[in-house]
Amino acid sequence: MSRRARLALFGIAACGLAALLLWSITGLPKFGDYHGAYGKILDKAAPRERQTSNVVAAVVFDYRGFDTMGEELILFAAVMGVAMLLREPREEEAPVPEDPVRSDALRAFGVSFAGATLVLGLWIVAHGYVTPGGGFQGGVILAAAFLLVWLAGSYRSYRRLTPVPIVELGEGTGAGGYVVIGLCALLIGDAFLQNLLPYGVAGKLSSGGSIPLLNWASGLEVTAAFVLLFNEFLSERAVLIDPTRRPS
Amino acid sequence: MDVLVPLPVAIPLLSAAALTAFGFWCGRRLDDLVAIVATAATLAVSLLLVFRSSDHELVYWFGGWRPRNGFALGISFVVDPGTAAIATLVATLGLAALIFSWRYFDEVGTLFPVLMLVFVGAMCGFALAGDLFNLFVWFELMSVVAYALTGYGVQHAGPLEGAVNFAVTNSVGSFCILFGIGFLYARTGALNLDQIGAALAGRRADGLVIVAFTLLVGGFMTKAGAVPFHFWLSDAYAVAPVPVCILLAGVMSDLGLHAIGRIYWTVFSDTLSAGDIRPVVVGFGLVTAIVGGLMCFLQRDLKRMLAFATISNIGAVLVGIGLLTRSGLAGSIVFLNTNGLLRSAAFVAIGILVRRFKSGDELDLRGQGRRAPIAGVVFAAAGLALALLPPFGPFLANALVVDSADTLGYGWVPPLLALAAVLSAGTILRAAARIFGGLGEAKDPLFSHEPEESQAEPADSRRVSQLLLWIPAAALAVVGLGLAFIPELAGHALRDAGRLLDRSAHAREVLDGVAPPPTPTPSYSPSATAYAYGAASTLGALAFAGFGLYRRRLPIVLRRAAARVADRPVAGLKALHSGVVGDYVAWLTAGVALLGGLVAVMVR
Amino acid sequence: MSYLPFVLAAWIFLVGIFGIVRSRHFIHLVVSLSLTQSSTYVLLLSIGYVKHGGAPIFKDVPLGTKAVDPVVQALTLTDIVVSVTVAALLLAVAIEAKKHAKTMNPDELRPVRG
Repeated sequence: MSRRARLALFGIAACGLAALLLWSITGLPKFGDYHGAYGKILDKAAPRERQTSNVVAAVVFDYRGFDTMGEELILFAAVMGVAMLLREPREEEAPVPEDPVRSDALRAFGVSFAGATLVLGLWIVAHGYVTPGGGFQGGVILAAAFLLVWLAGSYRSYRRLTPVPIVELGEGTGAGGYVVIGLCALLIGDAFLQNLLPYGVAGKLSSGGSIPLLNWASGLEVTAAFVLLFNEFLSERAVLIDPTRRPS
Repeated sequence: MDVLVPLPVAIPLLSAAALTAFGFWCGRRLDDLVAIVATAATLAVSLLLVFRSSDHELVYWFGGWRPRNGFALGISFVVDPGTAAIATLVATLGLAALIFSWRYFDEVGTLFPVLMLVFVGAMCGFALAGDLFNLFVWFELMSVVAYALTGYGVQHAGPLEGAVNFAVTNSVGSFCILFGIGFLYARTGALNLDQIGAALAGRRADGLVIVAFTLLVGGFMTKAGAVPFHFWLSDAYAVAPVPVCILLAGVMSDLGLHAIGRIYWTVFSDTLSAGDIRPVVVGFGLVTAIVGGLMCFLQRDLKRMLAFATISNIGAVLVGIGLLTRSGLAGSIVFLNTNGLLRSAAFVAIGILVRRFKSGDELDLRGQGRRAPIAGVVFAAAGLALALLPPFGPFLANALVVDSADTLGYGWVPPLLALAAVLSAGTILRAAARIFGGLGEAKDPLFSHEPEESQAEPADSRRVSQLLLWIPAAALAVVGLGLAFIPELAGHALRDAGRLLDRSAHAREVLDGVAPPPTPTPSYSPSATAYAYGAASTLGALAFAGFGLYRRRLPIVLRRAAARVADRPVAGLKALHSGVVGDYVAWLTAGVALLGGLVAVMVR
Repeated sequence: MSYLPFVLAAWIFLVGIFGIVRSRHFIHLVVSLSLTQSSTYVLLLSIGYVKHGGAPIFKDVPLGTKAVDPVVQALTLTDIVVSVTVAALLLAVAIEAKKHAKTMNPDELRPVRG
């Protein structure tokens, strides 16, 4: 199809689709006037039954924890997929990107920031079921701490900090750990992913039963996943910016 | 709750994670072995579930969150023999693919077995899920893996294009699904399929319900590859490595249709009447079956040819589901399983040819296949069975669909389905005769030529035992053909379909745990009409194969006349499959708008 | 105001698809796709919004305080992860396109085929 024909087809189709969407929107409850049962029931039940003050975390890691297992695996699979797509032909050594930072002051400041980011990330993961946060959110921050080492420091120290077999171990343990926690419940005769631990007192770190375990498993998985993604994309950077480095 | 239910998902996913964690310290052979054993275990568990669920649905609540006062708090798997059979099919194809790819993907280390395991687990989850959003999660998981596996040979233009078209169109399809989920959640405050169905039941469908139905069906049709959502499919399946094609063409497409059937019956059947929806879905299915068959005929690249045969088959399954009857649904279950096995067997045969002769082109391979007789037998057997030859599975499935169409007064549907089978199976038989029999001509300008670089199979540097290639091909073909000889297969399919059709009984079983009394298995034997269609389409396919081989020996007058009529539509049809992702997304939008418009007109 | 957020979601959805349809650059394509996906966040979150409702986190507030729907928030979290992963995969493909196919225009990747 020519571009004009394509845009004409899309124009007509989009009008139809827009009409359909508007038609359905008139059937929605008014904005701010939602009375669905599911959320209401969980808002009441979760803090009492699970001793979690953060109901979203209870939904993510308990009531609908099985979705989250799939979600974790989506990230896992994407990282494996990216690694496969960006694989280097065997005989070629991955090129080393140059370090952009030359100033010592910036370097010292940046690297000390990495430590603070690391602590922040751990804190967000740890308190995910008490206050806003959780394994996914905290994991990204943790990975960013490693990235800071490269951004403000050097590529070499970044790579030394994140040896691929160890990061892959973390990636696999995080994703597999979630499944193993599910299977443990199965082994003692409960349902898959059923709670294993005492619930504790809401608002404390030792609350929520299995939720902290699952939370840490996903935190580990997300951190490792993003570090692996950074690895893959960073080693491409050198090739893309300076194509002479690549023997063709 | 049955302890086996979570295992078809848990086993492959855990194995994938373990391989990643410890892959660095294990040898490559051990990785492959672990993947094969895990898939075999998944196969065994799924097969057990088929038998365990034969009397009543196995409802499994993850996290132990059983419904409270009839309200689902957690996520459920709902296993019946049909869904467990799909999980079994997934594991069978996964096993065949892993055996076939033994030492095939050494270049990428553990990544290939890991991705295949995740793929198997995700598809099992999708088949069993009883929760709308959980369905979406597995949908995305299998999609993400499939995008990556399709792009295996991404250094070449073909796989690059195939992966992009696949990922972009399917992502847009998944957004449609999410919009549909959002609309339904807004209306009903529930995500469990049966719960949503119970909330919608008995009320006249308004715009929101109609559009939600449209978006969900449109999204799943994109995954299935129904016309006009199908364009990505031929681009992707033509370029994915053969072991990946086994899973893509063998079962992933059909899963989209499975979801449509499940969602209609559990969610919409008491608010959108079957009479309103039927003509629309059957129409989409028939167009898909015919267009897929025509495009199949025009191909010389074998993988692309089978990709279009897949589309044609998908159309037939969609017709079965779209009839919205017990018999039609039963037919689609049988279709889905046997066609999937047979298409995969044909894909393995192509894989053998590609590995042996470094080509997957029908004309280039003319006569060469004589040196790979087993591949030839498998390929031809698959072609014959797909041509609805009695008494094999596709014939049996077609017989069920024919019965249903006749009682509904849709007598015009079976001839068109037979025509689609003639077109697609006839083309497979044509390729079999040319490659393995050396028949037909060596050149034919009508067939689309694929550029060399579109082939992205891994370089096969090592010699592996030929047995590892033949066993999967022969096993898939034998199982695919043999399924028809399971006593009362059609009867079981009918009984299984009947359980899904009674929405309120299904909802009571899932949400309240009240199992309906077991129903006896009806006995079924195909009607004389069905045999007539089977015989006609088999003979038609053979004749059509002959036409494809010796087209250019027809009298010149006939050929001129045919060229005058057919040349422009053929060129137009080819040009529509442009390989440009923008076009495909425009078609997808048009397809959703058309589907919604038709449903709206029918319902209102 | 009462339907505006939903209309906005539909608008973002259509504009995002328009971007995909007319895209001439892979990066633009990926961003358009992510934009389209963000319409689903807007839709899900505005569905679950409750007027004057707080976050569904009952720390320092008594149980039973009016709160927005927690389920759509969990769904959106999954949605975001999906968006990130698809973007990562497509960007990886874009890098390969730049390296091997030497074009970033999806229209030019391959001429008409049959």
